[in-house]
Amino acid sequence: MFDQFLLICLFFLALSILAALYRVIKGPSTPDRVMALDNIGVNLIAGVACLSILLRTHAFLDIILLIGILSFVGTIAFARFIERGVVIERKRVH
Amino acid sequence: MNENVYINIIVAIFLLFGTILSFLSAIGLIRLPDVYSRSHAVSKSASLGVLCTLFGAFLFFLLTDGYFSIRLILGIFFVFLTSPVVSHLLNRAAYHSKVELTKETVQDDLKEFLEGE
Repeated sequence: MFDQFLLICLFFLALSILAALYRVIKGPSTPDRVMALDNIGVNLIAGVACLSILLRTHAFLDIILLIGILSFVGTIAFARFIERGVVIERKRVH
Repeated sequence: MNENVYINIIVAIFLLFGTILSFLSAIGLIRLPDVYSRSHAVSKSASLGVLCTLFGAFLFFLLTDGYFSIRLILGIFFVFLTSPVVSHLLNRAAYHSKVELTKETVQDDLKEFLEGE
């Protein structure tokens, strides 16, 4: 019973990832696409949590933290690139 | 056995709340008109949904195995901390790269402020 319930939760997460994928493909501007990709990362975190309950293991809990950090760094890099055109600014040398 | 059923019900409520909240934020991501309102839907409800899901997983491992997972606590803390920052930076980048607001917009104070400089 509880396992079928976890499968229902994973189904909802898959539907929301599909919706975000629609926004990635269609989105009219670049910040839309980056935001939808960040949403996919957040949904993947919840999916890994559901899957590690379903498999009854502790081994995947590192992956949650890892996906969170990677998604954060990637989105920040894209936001800087959209706003200023470069990700890492050089020092000015006189 | 009886306790185990209660634990499963509590964890199931948290997981269902979190996943349905993520699903609602995905519906908002499809249906809302412009970047800023979509970001409003995505950042708040998706982060609350993933927080509820991770807390359900934390309760499950704590109550069934007696395993106190510090990594899940760190994950909850990290998502709670970084999701608004990401939303703020993306909105700021969208505004500075002149993405259009929706047609129903009444007032744009930031534009007047930037032109006044």
